[in-house]
Order: sequence, then structure tokens, then C-alpha cells
Amino acid sequence: MKRFMTGLAIVLLFVAVFGVFGMMAEAAYPERPITYVIAFNPGGESDITARAQQPYLEKVLGTQIIITYKIGGGGAVAWSEVPRMRPDGYTIVGHNIPHIILQPLQRKDTGYKTTDLKTVCWFQATPNILVVPVDSQFKTLEDFVKYAKEHPGQITLGGSGSYSANHLGTVEFNEAAGIETTYIPFTGSGDAVPAFLGGHVTGLMTYTTMVANYREQMRPLAVATEERVSIFPDVPTFKELGYDYVEGAYRGICVSPKTPDEIVNKLADAFKQVNETPEFKEMMEAMGFQMVFYGPEESEKFVEDRVEYYKSILDKLEMK
Amino acid sequence: MDIFLEAFLNVLSIKNIIAMTLLIPLGMMAGALPGFTATMAVAILVPFTFAMNPIMGLICVSAVYCAAIYGGAFPAILINTPGTPSSIATCFDGYPMTLQGRAQEALFTIAFASLVGGFIGTIGLIAFSLPLAKIALKFGPPEYFWVSIFGLTIIAGLSGDSLLKGIAGGVLGLLISTIGIAPVGGDVRFTFGIASFQGGVELISVLIGFFCIPEVFKMAKDPVGSYLKSTNIGHEGGGYREVIYKGFKNAFTDTINLVRSSIIGLFVGILPGAGGNIANLIAYNETKRASKDPESFGKGNPQGIVATESADKATIMGSFVPLLTLGVPGSPVAAVVYGALMIQGLNPGPELFTKHAEITYTFMMSFFVAMALTVLIGMFAGVLFYQIIMRLPVRVLVPAILLLTIVGSYAVRNNYMDVIFMLASGYLGYVLSNLGFSPGPVVLGLVLGPIAEKGLVQGFLMGNSMFPGTPWLIFFTRPISIVLIVISVISALWPIYAARRRRRAAL
Repeated sequence: MKRFMTGLAIVLLFVAVFGVFGMMAEAAYPERPITYVIAFNPGGESDITARAQQPYLEKVLGTQIIITYKIGGGGAVAWSEVPRMRPDGYTIVGHNIPHIILQPLQRKDTGYKTTDLKTVCWFQATPNILVVPVDSQFKTLEDFVKYAKEHPGQITLGGSGSYSANHLGTVEFNEAAGIETTYIPFTGSGDAVPAFLGGHVTGLMTYTTMVANYREQMRPLAVATEERVSIFPDVPTFKELGYDYVEGAYRGICVSPKTPDEIVNKLADAFKQVNETPEFKEMMEAMGFQMVFYGPEESEKFVEDRVEYYKSILDKLEMK
Repeated sequence: MDIFLEAFLNVLSIKNIIAMTLLIPLGMMAGALPGFTATMAVAILVPFTFAMNPIMGLICVSAVYCAAIYGGAFPAILINTPGTPSSIATCFDGYPMTLQGRAQEALFTIAFASLVGGFIGTIGLIAFSLPLAKIALKFGPPEYFWVSIFGLTIIAGLSGDSLLKGIAGGVLGLLISTIGIAPVGGDVRFTFGIASFQGGVELISVLIGFFCIPEVFKMAKDPVGSYLKSTNIGHEGGGYREVIYKGFKNAFTDTINLVRSSIIGLFVGILPGAGGNIANLIAYNETKRASKDPESFGKGNPQGIVATESADKATIMGSFVPLLTLGVPGSPVAAVVYGALMIQGLNPGPELFTKHAEITYTFMMSFFVAMALTVLIGMFAGVLFYQIIMRLPVRVLVPAILLLTIVGSYAVRNNYMDVIFMLASGYLGYVLSNLGFSPGPVVLGLVLGPIAEKGLVQGFLMGNSMFPGTPWLIFFTRPISIVLIVISVISALWPIYAARRRRRAAL
């Protein structure tokens, strides 16, 4: 009996201690370090962004941010764990459009549904941009389209991965311009660059960040945005030139779907503040990132719209 | 010339030497723990470098990178487990040397081999960066396909007694590499509905499984006493001076081997996507092929570890050639450094040689200094490592190593599935090794599978746009491809030729 009582006392003590900790956690989030999970390789766009955000986030949230990696399956390995994560806001996961939309549409066992991921915010975009080598015969988009019409299928465009914004973008552009080009997927946007520099592909359908890095070697023909991008004021948009084609990737963070709204809002605010810090903004824009911001509610709507949009494209192409 | 001198003096500042000396043991430890790779060591270091000036940050990177690759050889030699994929083939002769009581000789041999590999790598990086990068760019998808086919032809050199078993092992490796999302096309393959399988099989967890687990089982068979019963010193007399001299002699008796292996390492390192994991296997095979006595390899021939350890050091410098000249990160570590450079506000690529020449040349120079320091510290660390393993009783060593394999295979990607894969491949490795299969070809297949697949599919897509209807023509019409095909054929037929030559010699 005595032993039982001692045991009970210990158990109660544990309950009490953890209970208090639990309440404290609820009382003032964040109380302890936050883990920021990156679903892609170190050195990629997601990693560079997270590393750049880290010090600012730490200042705004008043806690340590620990960056870890969970790599595989084009991000799916990390995202498949989000629904099972503890909904306490201490693990946040970087996620991307169109990946989180296209993977569940295209694969059978992704391990997550688009709606399983509670988006805190989308904080950044990298629009598609069409580039050819500086010494290419194509000086303008017009030259490019004209050649493509005369030589169907002969132009090869490299890009990041299959079922990515680059891939669908190439298909959308083909349709908008009434041309036929061959898309060659690489494993990541950086992986396509050696093939581009070595002349193994005619051009790249890539992200604006790549052009910021390789200004000397790349000639951008047009960018797939509504308005011109601030760091490339001379590059026309596809829309200006008469092709209805806007496409790109978005980056944001998501948390477990049952995470309380206060925590989600607090995180969203923090990311918004970071985005608005002039120093940070300047650094990111110089690297070719576009600063955007969709809060928790706008994000939900935004994702729904994109889901419909991508479904229509997939249907149209019978790629599904 | 001024710039070189300035760069050299930069590296040799007291502050930088101290930083390197402090970081090298840490990098070595990461490399020596199976599962903790050079990439992880550098990725952990990089956030700290943001607070430093760019020069010091980059010097720290080169110190940690060199040290981690160096550290990978310790467990390869002492417990038959490559600490990093760059030391896979170091196991083949390093571990037999340990079993013969020549562990310390092996540890000093790799010190001198590493020094030469690092030296040749640094010279290549500084003097020939631009032309080498230009050659590397000529390699498109079809060439990558043929490079991986050439890589597969060296199976014969790695298969031990039976060529057939070697080929079977290679095919097994290729098949394992197809698990997960297809590198091109995005198809989901062999995931059996398990979401974690989408990431595919991680090379490192399979390496740990295939090499380490069977060894641990063998140790556990004889649980009494210590693992390494005999040592060089005492048994053979002469003390450290003798052993160091032996290591020195091993490294320099065959200078052609040293130089050839370093050049192989440098060039494989330069190719984006290929790295130390491939270079050490190719260098090992070429050394064996060139040797007058190929039979002695796999049985403790020091030339085997001279080849692998000089080659994998030269890949370190090689892997930075595309990053510095073209701004293309060609290896995982280079990708991490790429991110770091961006955040420091340095644009990787040609600008580095014009606007930031001082930083760039200092970084290049720092590799050799880092390697020299690594070798110096590595000699002590190797002896220390050896002493620890020698003194621990097997009943402590076995659970300790098992624990490390589990932690290590989890740490690679924070994925419990990798632990399951590791244990499964460990069991498979144990069964296969009892059946006389050697793990080399399996690992080779696993490394080369994705490269071959990507090259093949991308090549076909390119071919379709060039030769509609007959896309395969692209694989046979490009000059570099043809050279690679010829080399592959010669390499594949070599074992037949060698066997005939031996038979004739025997007559």
C-alpha cells in the first residue's frame, strides 16, 4: 500500500508539473524554441530564405528558431508528417505552391492532402521566367516563338522537376503561344544550370532567382507575372507581349491542422513583420525573390483558387 | 602573383589557424561517425559563419570539409564501415590491414596519401579551374549516362571472387535505387503506399547496413576479449617512428598511383552530381587494374587505401570548381556554401574572380593549409581512435556501435524509415557476405543508378527533339559520348584480357 501511495504521488507530481508547463505554453506562445523544418536540400531557395529569416524571426518572436531538414519525395516526406504533428505551433514546416497541390492530385500515396496542411502564410514568390543564353540567336520572345512555330518540338527547355511550376508553365506557355517545345525536367532549378551553360538545352523555364544569379550568362525573354518584376525592369511580361501566361512558385509555412488560431495568427504576424523589414526585403529582392504576403485566411482562399486552376490545367492536358 | 601571396598570408594569419585547429577535430568526429556526413558538418557550421567576415567563414568551411572527409577513413579502416561515402573503398584494403595488425600503419599511410591528394586538388583548383569547368560543361545528359555505365564496368574489380555474384550485387543496387519518386517524370515507384518511401533509399543508411552490421555480428560471435588483439607496436617493435616511416613509404612507393588517383578524384569532383562516393571506387579499381599483382588487393594492400584516400581528398577541391567559376553548386557541400555566399552578398560565379578575387584565392589556398593541418591533427586523432577501439572490450563495443548506427542512420534525414532500411540492409548484408557476395557492387549500383536513369531519360527527351523517331541516336553521335563508350568497352573487357594474360604468364 505504501509503495502504491508513493507511486501515485510520483505520478501526480508528474501530472502537475507537465500540466503547469502545458498551461504556461498556452499562456504565452512561444515559450520555447521553434523548429523550422525545410523539406528541400540545404543551399536551395527554401533553405536560403529560412536562413535569412532566422535572425529576424528570432527577434520578433523572442525565441530561438532551429532549422532542420526533412528531405525527400519533392517535399512530400516532410509534408506527410504535418497532419500528425502536435498542434502547438512549435514545429513549423516550409511548404510550396504548386507542390502541395499537384502532388496529391498526381500521386496516389502522397501521405497528405492539400487541406491537411494549415497554411500560416505565403510570404514569397518566385515567378517563372524564360531565359536563353546571352549568345543565343533569340533576341526577343518573338524570335523564339517564330522559330518554335517553324520547328515544332525542336526547342528544348530545361526546368526544375516534373509537375513543378516550371513544368506546367512550359505547357501553359506552349498552349498560349500555340507552339510545341520539349520540356526536360532536372532535379531542382540549380541542377538545370550546367546543362544550360553547356548548351545541352535551348533555354530554361526557370525562376527569377536564377536570373539574379546568372545575369552575365542568361538573357531573359519574358517573365510570367502580371506586372514587371522590380529587379528586371527591362524584361517584359508574357502578358504585355500578348500571351496569357502567369505562373510561378510560392513559399510559405504550414502547421498541424488543429493548431489554435491565436498561435497561427501570431506566427503569421511575425512572418509579416520580417517581410516588411527593409533590410530583409532588400536582401531577398536582390536575390530575385518577390515579396508577397497572404495571411491565414487569404491563404486558404488562395490555395482553393489554385487547386481549381491546376485541376483545370491537368484535365486539359490529360496529365492526371 | 601578388594576389596569391596575399591570399596565402591571409590563410596563415594566427586567427585563421586557430579557428581551423579548433574546428578540425569536430569535423573529423562528424566524418568518423557513420551517418554524419561532411555535408551535415558544413551545414551546421554555416550559420555561425554569418557572424564572421567572408574570408574567415570560408576558411572554416574548408577546414571542416577536409576534416570530415578525412575522419571518414577511421571507421573504414578500423571497423570496416565507411564514415562517409567517400571512404567506401577504403574498407576493402584498410580493414584487412587492421585484421593483420597493421591498423596504425594504415592510418599513417592515409595521412600522407591525403596530403598529396589535397595538394594536387588545390593546384588543380587554383591553376586549371576555368578550363576544367569548361570541359565539365561539355558533359550533358547522354555523357552522364555513359559515365555511369563506365562506372558500372568496374564491378569486376570490386566483386571479389565471383564476377557473377558481383554483377548480381550491382543489379540489386540498381534496383534498390529505383525506390521512391523517379528523378525525371515524378512517377512513384515501389513505395507500397508508405508515404516515407517517397524519399527513396538513402545511400548512407544502406552503407551503414551493408558494411557495419555484418561486422558487428561477426564481432558478437566472439564476445570475449578485445576486438583488435595485436598491434603494430610491440609486436613488430620500433615504435611510432617505424610505423610513420612505413606509412610514408606506402604512400610514396608508387607515385604514379598517387598522382593518378588524385587526378581521378579532382576530375570526378568537378563533374556536377558526381563526387567522392564515385571517385574513391574508380580510383581503387584503376589502381588494382594497373597493379602487377591485382590478387593482393582486398587482402590488405596499402596501395588500395593510398588510391582511395588521395582521390577523395582531391574531390573536395574539385567539387568547388563549378561553384567558383560558374556559380553552379556541383555537390551537396558546394550547395551549402553557395547558400552561405549568397547570404554574405557574394554572387557565386565569375564575379568571384574579379570583384572578390582576394576572398576567392584565399578560399582556394585555404584548402591546402586546411588539409595539411587536418593531416597533422589526423595522425594524432587516428592513433587516439585506434587506442579507444583497441581497449574497449567487445561486449561494450558491439552495443556502442549498434547504437551509433541507429542514431547515424536516423540523423541523415530525420526519418525513421532510414533506420528500418539500415537494419534490413544489415541483415541482407550479413546473409550476402556469408554467401560470398561483396558489398562493393551493391553500393556502386545504388550510387550510379539515379545518375544513369536521369541521363538516359533526359537524353531520350533531348534525342526526340533532335532526331524525331530515333531518339537513341543521341547517345552515339556526340564526340565525348563516343570516347566514353570506347573507354567503357575497354574497361568491361579488361577482366577477360587480364585473365588471359595471367594464364599465359602461368604457363
